Amino acid sequence: MSVPYAKLPAWAEYGLIPLVNLAVAFLISGLVVLIVGESPLEAAYHMINGAFGRGEYIGFTLYYTTTFIFTGLAVAVAFHAGLFNIGGEGQAYVGGIGVALACLALDRTLPWYLVFPIAILGAAFFGALWAMIPGWLQAKRGSHIVITTIMFNFIAASLMNYLLNKVFKPLGSMSLETRTFEAGGQLPKLDWLMSIFGLSVGSAPFNISFLLALVAAFAVWVLIWRTKLGYEMRTMGHSPAAARYAGIKEAKIIVITMMISGGLAGMMALNPIMGEQFRMQLDFVQGAGFVGIAVALMGRSHPAGIIPAALLFGMLYQGGAEISFEMPSISRDMIVIIQGLVILFAGALEHMFRPAITRLVIGLSPKTRDVAATKGA
Amino acid sequence: MDFFQVFIELAQSTVRVSTPLILAALAGLFTERAGVFDIGLEGKMLGAAFAAGCVAYITQSVYMGLLAAILVSVLLSLVHGYASITQRGSQIVSGVAINFVVAGSTVILGEAWFRQGGRTPALSESGRFSAIHLPFADAVRDVPILGQIYSGLLSGHSPLTYLAFLMVPASWWILYRTRFGLRLRAVGENPGAVDTAGISVIWLRYRAVICCGILCGIAGAYLSLSAGAGFTKGMTAGKGYIALAALIFAKWRPKNILFACLLFGFLDAFAIRYQGFAFPLIGKVPVQLMQALPYILTVILLAGFIGKAIPPKAGGVPYVKER
Repeated sequence: MSVPYAKLPAWAEYGLIPLVNLAVAFLISGLVVLIVGESPLEAAYHMINGAFGRGEYIGFTLYYTTTFIFTGLAVAVAFHAGLFNIGGEGQAYVGGIGVALACLALDRTLPWYLVFPIAILGAAFFGALWAMIPGWLQAKRGSHIVITTIMFNFIAASLMNYLLNKVFKPLGSMSLETRTFEAGGQLPKLDWLMSIFGLSVGSAPFNISFLLALVAAFAVWVLIWRTKLGYEMRTMGHSPAAARYAGIKEAKIIVITMMISGGLAGMMALNPIMGEQFRMQLDFVQGAGFVGIAVALMGRSHPAGIIPAALLFGMLYQGGAEISFEMPSISRDMIVIIQGLVILFAGALEHMFRPAITRLVIGLSPKTRDVAATKGA
Repeated sequence: MDFFQVFIELAQSTVRVSTPLILAALAGLFTERAGVFDIGLEGKMLGAAFAAGCVAYITQSVYMGLLAAILVSVLLSLVHGYASITQRGSQIVSGVAINFVVAGSTVILGEAWFRQGGRTPALSESGRFSAIHLPFADAVRDVPILGQIYSGLLSGHSPLTYLAFLMVPASWWILYRTRFGLRLRAVGENPGAVDTAGISVIWLRYRAVICCGILCGIAGAYLSLSAGAGFTKGMTAGKGYIALAALIFAKWRPKNILFACLLFGFLDAFAIRYQGFAFPLIGKVPVQLMQALPYILTVILLAGFIGKAIPPKAGGVPYVKER
């Protein structure tokens, strides 16, 4: 088979193409704003201002960013092994069990810095468990991972509804949530980090799990590009046949990859439960698992791309709240449109502008043009 | 006899709940049999329901509403087709994207146009499909059993419901007894062979995707023009995914789709009607378990514990012509 596309320099491959895709997604979103009868420029102003205008706003933006780094990494890890984990939503939801159990059991006796590691393990354990089943089913029984993870999202929703109703809800309470945690179940805010830059975090729930997200991003980079396991995962992702031929145990890699992916998704639960609400509520994930898909696609499954992509979506979520406050006809559902368009253009249509860009880039730089000419491409 | 009346009522609501599932699952059947996976059924149905609600309200014509629903759904299908057939992008990613774009834009546009919190204005009688009463339905109502079945179960449904049930044998006939259907199934199993025979794989897959759009459009129109009186925010509520589950549960076969959809519809209707019902032997079943049952059953089936669901061989793989 012939090579479909000429190789592009790194700046075009990892910089220009994602930017063009993103720009198109935002242009179409701007069109929707126009249809609704508002000014896209004004919306953009409110968005940027709402996301970065004040220390408190930045705190909220980074709070959302934390969540999306976790779910983005979860999707990305699975992508590297050629698996599409749509179940981040359910895994994060079930991961909440681990956080809630740790906090409910220990918050009155231990300080937060001892509860936190246990909660991390709990979140990762339950998230990994929820992802392990689809992984195992794919590896051993050949059922399609996309379908099973979708089904597991719905099963998770029913399961958590039941658990919150029958197990976690305090006696006599009407709302579907656990009791509020004491000091041991509350993560400290990162106000010292903000004050270095002369900003005040205000009421924003920007907390220490942000640092955990950065550590996780680094750990994922080490895992994927610096370990034997990561190498095996990538081999399987590129060519399952080659991986099998090389003696890589396919079933083992699938299950382990899914568990890592689910564990990362589960750790997302720390941020809203221990960092913001100090209790587990119904539907606390709020679609963050799906945002992870957009983040991973935009960040091209590389931690260095995922962090800025998560920041972008953090900005959309926080700035979107501000837009809906200033311009009532644009509710927060606008973010869902943008998210969908980003998935469409950065994911399914990622090659749409590639031929044009390739022509442009090769035409611009004499070096690559010569290489292309000698190869007769 | 009281028990029988309860049974009739339950069967009646099962039929109602199953209608959009059958239409959407058949829609999925057409694309997936042609080798294009589609997890965007949910989004297409939602978009169609919205279009139907808007247009039926503005024109006061139920048929214009239906037409608009089909149009929007086919357009969305073509976007999916362009991404996954022409651009050879990931079919799963494209489906996910469509679901999100539609979920967001129906709310934003609905709010901007009608300002009723994301719903379209309630439709009057002329904007909805009214129930068809079969001849003599009232006269035989009191005849035991047969009369009850005739007037209680068979009569009094929306025309779209009858259409949905007719579409099952029709789809079977199209897929298994026409040249188009044979080629469509072939292109989902071995597109290379179809291409060798001089038939365009691309055009065939596009036609399959359009068929899917039409059926999804009818399913969406049923939701806002028959089951409800207008569009409400997120009114598909996961029905697209249940239809997807039913399609897999039915092992991609038209006849099985009917039974799978009726089963899932029955679970839903039963869960709505008998919350906290105590079964003999098992005792009370939590309503959450009833809601999760379609998904659990599908997972168990996919795992090969009850039969084996084998998807079309070329499903999910974009076709690249040899050069």
